[in-house]
Amino acid sequence: MSSRVKNKQPTKMVPVPSHSIIPERDIDKAPILECQHLGIDFGGLTAVNDFNLTVGRTEIAGLIGPNGAGKTTVFNLLTKVYQPTRGTILLDGKDTHGMNTVQVNRAGIARTFQNIRLFDKLTVEDNVKIGLHNQIRYPMWSGVLRLPSYWKKEKLAHESAMELLHIFDMEDLANHQAGSLPYGAQRRLEIVRALATNPSLLLLDEPAAGMNPSETADLMENILKIRDTFQIAIMLIEHDMSLVMGICEGICVLNFGQVIAKGTPAEIQANPKVIEAYLGSQKKEG
Amino acid sequence: MKKLTPSRKRLINNSITYGMVIAAFVIIQIMKAGGMLSSSLQGLLVPICAYVTMAIALNLVVGISGELSLGHAGFMSVGAFSGMVFNIAMQSAIPVAPLRLLCAMLVGAVFAGIAGVIVGVPVLRLRGDYLAIVTLAFGEIIKNIINILYIGVDENGLHFSTQNEAALGLAEGGKAILKGPLGVTTNVKLSTFTAGFILVLVAITVVLNLVNSRTGRAVMALRDNRIAAESVGIGATKYKLIAFVTSAVLAGAAGALYAMNYSSVAAKQFDFNASILILVFVVLGGLGNIRGSIIAAALLYVLPELLRDFYDFRMLIYAIVLILVMLATNNPTFKQFFGGLFARLGRGSRKGGAQE
Repeated sequence: MSSRVKNKQPTKMVPVPSHSIIPERDIDKAPILECQHLGIDFGGLTAVNDFNLTVGRTEIAGLIGPNGAGKTTVFNLLTKVYQPTRGTILLDGKDTHGMNTVQVNRAGIARTFQNIRLFDKLTVEDNVKIGLHNQIRYPMWSGVLRLPSYWKKEKLAHESAMELLHIFDMEDLANHQAGSLPYGAQRRLEIVRALATNPSLLLLDEPAAGMNPSETADLMENILKIRDTFQIAIMLIEHDMSLVMGICEGICVLNFGQVIAKGTPAEIQANPKVIEAYLGSQKKEG
Repeated sequence: MKKLTPSRKRLINNSITYGMVIAAFVIIQIMKAGGMLSSSLQGLLVPICAYVTMAIALNLVVGISGELSLGHAGFMSVGAFSGMVFNIAMQSAIPVAPLRLLCAMLVGAVFAGIAGVIVGVPVLRLRGDYLAIVTLAFGEIIKNIINILYIGVDENGLHFSTQNEAALGLAEGGKAILKGPLGVTTNVKLSTFTAGFILVLVAITVVLNLVNSRTGRAVMALRDNRIAAESVGIGATKYKLIAFVTSAVLAGAAGALYAMNYSSVAAKQFDFNASILILVFVVLGGLGNIRGSIIAAALLYVLPELLRDFYDFRMLIYAIVLILVMLATNNPTFKQFFGGLFARLGRGSRKGGAQE
């Protein structure tokens, strides 16, 4: 199932003027995300420090590191759940300084959560429709008075939601309560909901957590499919090395809030620092 | 049997709610015409409509938006007094009673809406139970303000004072409308049961249509998971404010309707106990359950009246009924018992007909 993914030719990565490398096909376009000297302190604790990263426009980037390295904190900084103490985030060349979570999402960053955050009491379809909130708009009084624009836009929202659910073949589940779905389906629904906001950068926080190997293989195919269909950048945090090494083009390794290595999967696997900090400790256990 | 899609289920559910209210209206009208309603029960019809509307309005805040409001009687009060003042000041300008009633309810709704914005804008920006605290204070503040407020009208327009009636400085022929702690006294009662029924229908339509729209989904998303809702670009303050102000507007209209049913209204009628009473209707009817709110408000409002024969034990029986309803709706053991009972009854009536 995953053979197609594994046999894929590795993308050629080329250096860009800032601090990173991006896939060669994206080199003539401005990078979608540039983090410069990003850092945050919680009280006296420096959770993330001097985080520099550039993500190409259609790149699949990986963010890995041991537990507590600050990976999710980086996501929270990008989506402004936390405001960074230092540094700049450029999204599509625009500084996101002073924006809040809502504005960053409208600017083009969508995310999923490590601990699933769905609207449990609502149906799968409604969850996706909530993701479409800023894409298909009509005023409040149009809904209250049931004006023609309500019916037109609701129909459009239904069709768009079904189309998005089709990515993961979840149309059959549209009428189920989101909280009652199996774990894997909930993770997929979160991705669909994030995609519904029409992002240019999709952040996936441990998308394969709790999935079995065959589900993970499907997920890898689907992440590639999403990238190819929507032509967006995807950045993911993942502990499943088969997934990270299988689909990520550029990988960034964090340890204790510091970037210790950046490069292609092959470079990362060969990097002694990474082996020491991350893969090395796993080998000792195994 | 085919499984119903949620939109169909919603349609059926909403139809039942509308049907129930319309049926109740028709039955009560027939009973009224046939003289089967005691005069004390007839006097309760408009207040029931007002409190049903209040319960629907509060359910929008507590059940659908997930914020606790402990001062909804305050909005009712704002609507009641602004509606009353309008009614008396405009008595000669708008002689048609139903039109004046409609205008007074609109005025009450607008003023309550403004109060809702004033309370909501600062408070709904915060996370946590601040709304409960601030609305609790708001209810008390409104009560005290109206208690010291004097409003009079003469040919120069409205006069306000916080001292006494004489300080209004009314010209000859003018009259004081709101007299501080004495409240408003008038000899015209505008409210009718039909107006109340229409208000209830409007409230149901507004809330149900709102819930099943883009705005309602955003409000419910914020209730279920604020962080996730913000991550998909839904601004928390805006949608919480929309729900809160809509609720305040409906409460204002209900307040105006309620006030114009009586010859005298005072601020102390809209105190903390009134707010809690409405909250009890909402909680017993089920959070987010509009039909439940309607039934709970109507039944619990009439109950003390029906129990008038057991005068000494009235509140005792009321309390016992409250506890039983709570157990029946929230205790798993009781629920199972009632569920089983209904299932058995259902099977019996179908006489072993094909299942599923």
